[in-house]
Amino acid sequence: MEVADLIFKVIFVLAVFGISLLVAMYSTYAERKVAAFFQDRLGPNRAGPFGILQPLADGVKMFMKEEIIPTNSDKALFILGPSIAMLTACMTGVVIPWGNSLIINGKEFVMQITDVNIGILYIFGVVSIGVYGIMIGGWASNNKFSLLGSLRASSQMISYELAMGMSIIAIVMMSGTLSVREIVLGQPGGHWNVLYQPLGFLLFFICALAETNRTPFDLPECETELVGGYHTEYSSMKLGFYLFAEYINMFISSAVIVCLYFGGYNFPFIESLGLSHNVVSLLGTGIFFIKIFFFIFVFMWIRWTIPRFRYDQLMRVGWKVLLPLAVLNIVITAIVLLWKNDLFSLNF
Amino acid sequence: MSNYLFYILSFLSIFSALMVVLSRKPVHSVLYLIFCFFTIAGHYILLNAQFLAAVHIIVYAGAIMVLFLFVIMLLNLNAETEPHKPLIIKGASVVTGGMLLVVLIATFKSAAMSVSSPEFNSDLGMVESLGKVLYDQYMLPFEVSALLFLSAMVGATMIGKKEI
Repeated sequence: MEVADLIFKVIFVLAVFGISLLVAMYSTYAERKVAAFFQDRLGPNRAGPFGILQPLADGVKMFMKEEIIPTNSDKALFILGPSIAMLTACMTGVVIPWGNSLIINGKEFVMQITDVNIGILYIFGVVSIGVYGIMIGGWASNNKFSLLGSLRASSQMISYELAMGMSIIAIVMMSGTLSVREIVLGQPGGHWNVLYQPLGFLLFFICALAETNRTPFDLPECETELVGGYHTEYSSMKLGFYLFAEYINMFISSAVIVCLYFGGYNFPFIESLGLSHNVVSLLGTGIFFIKIFFFIFVFMWIRWTIPRFRYDQLMRVGWKVLLPLAVLNIVITAIVLLWKNDLFSLNF
Repeated sequence: MSNYLFYILSFLSIFSALMVVLSRKPVHSVLYLIFCFFTIAGHYILLNAQFLAAVHIIVYAGAIMVLFLFVIMLLNLNAETEPHKPLIIKGASVVTGGMLLVVLIATFKSAAMSVSSPEFNSDLGMVESLGKVLYDQYMLPFEVSALLFLSAMVGATMIGKKEI
């Protein structure tokens, strides 16, 4: 690898890391503002103009609070729990194509940290590890409510991972690749996958809500039954890590949804603008972020509109509704693909 | 470079595998086992089999071990409630384990020499080649193993049902 490549990669990695943290930070602010709007309140407006410094104030508060590690807890695992949650949340951004490529001094730099040929499976693997953060934290707290919360989280995530994987398979069948970048390149202009896979998108979106533990699937931290859920015993920045990891996950799952179903950085009339390659790339990145922010807003919209499920309802939806629908989606996709291939072979 | 990685990964996998047996707390054993799976996935990546590595992580570390952890956490096993086996059973298990070790050493000693390394195809672990081999050359065994999984699923549902 050349020096220029290396420098670009280092800057890019830092930028992706910084932007995910920044977006997660301001998602907390946006969430409170959205909630306030939905409930006809003002929301945070004291720190800075329009309360724009509120996330900083919250962060400082989190760092300054007293660290409490329960006496009867497993100390190493108690610390490991939030660390895994944060680590896995930050790991997923690696394979997401944040934009097309930039041409600097005649050299092409791809705006993606690494294009693994199994990109989707990588995301999927990291998500499936994320559950350990919650499970280990809940168990190590040595508290009944934490344990119940973490058990709920793990069974919920395993159940919804299945339907999620099945809905991804339909996309993989259509695009014929596992690389996220190639899937995005396969949806040029306005030919987004959501037009061909509406059912798949709906299933994936519901599963993404369940995987990030957002309402209506936030039973792991259901405060009316479980005090605080798996993070009951946590305080200070360890609690902050759990809460923060949820917002990073929300950002990354919005990015994955946009990449798989909404064309990533592609937008309609991309060729007819007549702009240079770099400008189009940067514009694409901007559009990509606008799409992501829209989905983050939808996540919040759902949270402040819909009450949460009962636990048996949640399991029933996962296994008896989403999974059969996902299998049906695969079968329909396969039939349509075969039929289209037959038509082509007749024409030739 | 990859030689050093291989030694580090091997050390870590043997260490974590030993810690699975030696840990006092069952939950720690399970966590070491998960770590062991990660190091094995690392070995797959060294062999350029990213697909296998990813599937290994998703299936073993991500799903099966979560269920293991689930059960062990619910049972809440710990050192105080651990049953103490009589001495004769401990002795018998040492002897059987030792005999298994002898058999394994004998097998591997004769096998290690006979394995010739054919030219290593670095594309072997890629999704495309794996899919071609599975659905072309080994179509029937693949489908039979799928049937095996189906029967296991039916069996689990039967056991799980309260009244049939």
